[in-house]
Amino acid sequence: MASIATLRRIGLPRLIVHVSVLFVCILWLVPTLGILVTSLRDPAQITSSGWWTAFSGASQTAAVRLGDPASARQEGANYVITGSVFDAPQAATATGGEPGATGNGTVRSFGTKVTAPAEFAAGATADLGTGETLVVNEDGSYRLSRTGPFDNGRGRRLYLTVSTPPSFTMGNYENVLTAQGIGQSFVNSLTVAIPSTIIPVLIAAFAAYALAWMNFSGKSLLIALVVGLMVVPLQMSLIPVLRMYNGIGSTFGIPARSYAGVWLFHTAFGMPLAIYLLRNYIAGLPKEIIESARVDGATDFEIFLKIVLPLSFPALASFAIFQFLWTWNDLLVAMVFLGTGSDQLVLTGALNALLGSRGGKWEILTASAFITIIVPIIVFFALQRYLVRGLLAGSVKGG
Amino acid sequence: MISQVVSAIGVVVVGVFCCALYYWLSEKLLQLVFPVGQGVAQGVSVNLRRRAAIRPWLFLGPAILLVAVYLVYPVIATFILSFYDRAGVNYVGLSNYRWAVADDQFRQSIFNNILWLAVVPAACTFFGLVIAVLTDRIWWGNFAKTLIFMPMAISFVGASVIWKFVYEYRSGNETQIGLLNAIVTALGADPQVWISLPFWNNFFLMAILIWIQTGFAMVILSAALRGIPEETIEAAVIDGANGWQIFWKIMVPQIWGTIAVVWTTITILVLKVFDIVLTMTNGQWNTMVLANLMFDWMFRGGGDSGRSAVIALVIMAAVTPIMIWNIRQAQRDTGGY
Repeated sequence: MASIATLRRIGLPRLIVHVSVLFVCILWLVPTLGILVTSLRDPAQITSSGWWTAFSGASQTAAVRLGDPASARQEGANYVITGSVFDAPQAATATGGEPGATGNGTVRSFGTKVTAPAEFAAGATADLGTGETLVVNEDGSYRLSRTGPFDNGRGRRLYLTVSTPPSFTMGNYENVLTAQGIGQSFVNSLTVAIPSTIIPVLIAAFAAYALAWMNFSGKSLLIALVVGLMVVPLQMSLIPVLRMYNGIGSTFGIPARSYAGVWLFHTAFGMPLAIYLLRNYIAGLPKEIIESARVDGATDFEIFLKIVLPLSFPALASFAIFQFLWTWNDLLVAMVFLGTGSDQLVLTGALNALLGSRGGKWEILTASAFITIIVPIIVFFALQRYLVRGLLAGSVKGG
Repeated sequence: MISQVVSAIGVVVVGVFCCALYYWLSEKLLQLVFPVGQGVAQGVSVNLRRRAAIRPWLFLGPAILLVAVYLVYPVIATFILSFYDRAGVNYVGLSNYRWAVADDQFRQSIFNNILWLAVVPAACTFFGLVIAVLTDRIWWGNFAKTLIFMPMAISFVGASVIWKFVYEYRSGNETQIGLLNAIVTALGADPQVWISLPFWNNFFLMAILIWIQTGFAMVILSAALRGIPEETIEAAVIDGANGWQIFWKIMVPQIWGTIAVVWTTITILVLKVFDIVLTMTNGQWNTMVLANLMFDWMFRGGGDSGRSAVIALVIMAAVTPIMIWNIRQAQRDTGGY
């Protein structure tokens, strides 16, 4: 009754709101959770069961061949074969797919006929007819006995249902960071992102100050230009800039593809949004502060450095976060201007290459993907306030 | 590897220092060329005026240079290159444009881009608006918003891997480890290879961008909703309007401007969509879009800058109306300048 009273107090429409928001949250979170859980699972378990079963352990069907009749010992009137199913070789089966029983699982059930692979529970004594009995225990040990000598030439085929406990490992991460080159790519991504984030902030701040607090002809045209250039697609610049870099490279005998080229490209493409965001913010600073500083004889350079820059920290931070996320997550610019050699790939490029070369290897893909997204996610949660502020101030730009 | 990071940080320090040095030196130079101190007999006010006239351009100089080289010049150069052959040497008139009009893959890309434009901005704005309204009414709304906003930080490539795993297909009677196929088989239907299903595969790629961008729409629209004057809603309540009417007739009309901004921002993003298609299908199974076709032609068979330029110009042409609208809007906001 209490729950009904609560329900009445909350109200049905209110409950629907709670439930639907919860549903959307789960829908939004589950795909990411999937790769996080998968990246921590044992590679063998990833392919044998869905990641949502990771915490309940996996259950797999196996087919093995028991010990050879030649290995039978005689115990009184009986001939006995003993051993462990986990040491037994894999048996070829009609359905083909079943693997051998490996690892440290627990036997749940067993059977000798493909039509009834789980006929007997583990520990039970199965009567196989013609005087043959079989016991398979949970720990995998078995005892096959017959009242006379075994007459068939090969070991008996046995079907097993084996449940393995949940097994989590950091091995996938160790593997991708070293053997798959993700560690190097992580460093490459940092190398691209750090200068491409900080240098544009400074250049744009000076320009924004000029556009906000200086009077000169052509100012309105420049502001319109900044707003217009914010939406120029990256694609427009790719061919001419690549030709330009190739030209510079062959003229001066330096590599056409370099970090410097990527830094400058990112800096230039961040410029319109940076100037727009910072100009709006700097123009909104109190007029009295700047004018009184001017009256006191401070030059524009001093006003900028000592008053404007410290006061505009929130706007600078907003833009820096945007620019960092954008340069860290970028694939196209790095692919075109940085080259695709394995030691030059940034994280996004490396992930893209792995999708091609390690298509079904989900333990590698998920671990690599998680390393790729973890840095921006940390930045996101730590500095979300600035990110939202920047979005609200500069939502004209398309990413 | 560590030395690489150290050198990158070194570049930051040197870069910042050089920038600061530039602004400082230019200011000094200005004072040297146009002195106003003691001992200057004449023209103090003239020199002051000259300084004030030149200084903005010194402040703007590096930014203008960068933008000119990387944004303005390329737009013109791409336009010119579109009339030249694959190496950009011989003038070929309109032949690249004629190729584009007749090319099946180009038409397919245009069709797919229109499909993306029709679905993604609308879906993101709609979901964003609904979620913004719902989360504003519950106590854990901010927490929910953070979760839905989070994919915004994830790269398109990372998101593609996340969703490729959701769409994973395994043949025969193997256990389905992809979430979508597991649900489908649990409901008794046959598993599907989602990303190669003709036509519908486009929608499975769009879902990724919708997943990323809904949070953006939600944040912006939520702020706009909070900016709606309380009195207008109270007046509607007093007049007997129900929730549905308040939403559509009172709230939505007051945030039309913001809805337009969200819509156009996502539209521009959709026109440039590249990473998702590259990593999910690389344009196979009829999922090619303009940005990927352009990239393809940049390097296909040694590269064809003419055809590639034409495709880039099509993207640019599609963005232009929004660009003009943005400029008008900005000029209105800043009171004409």
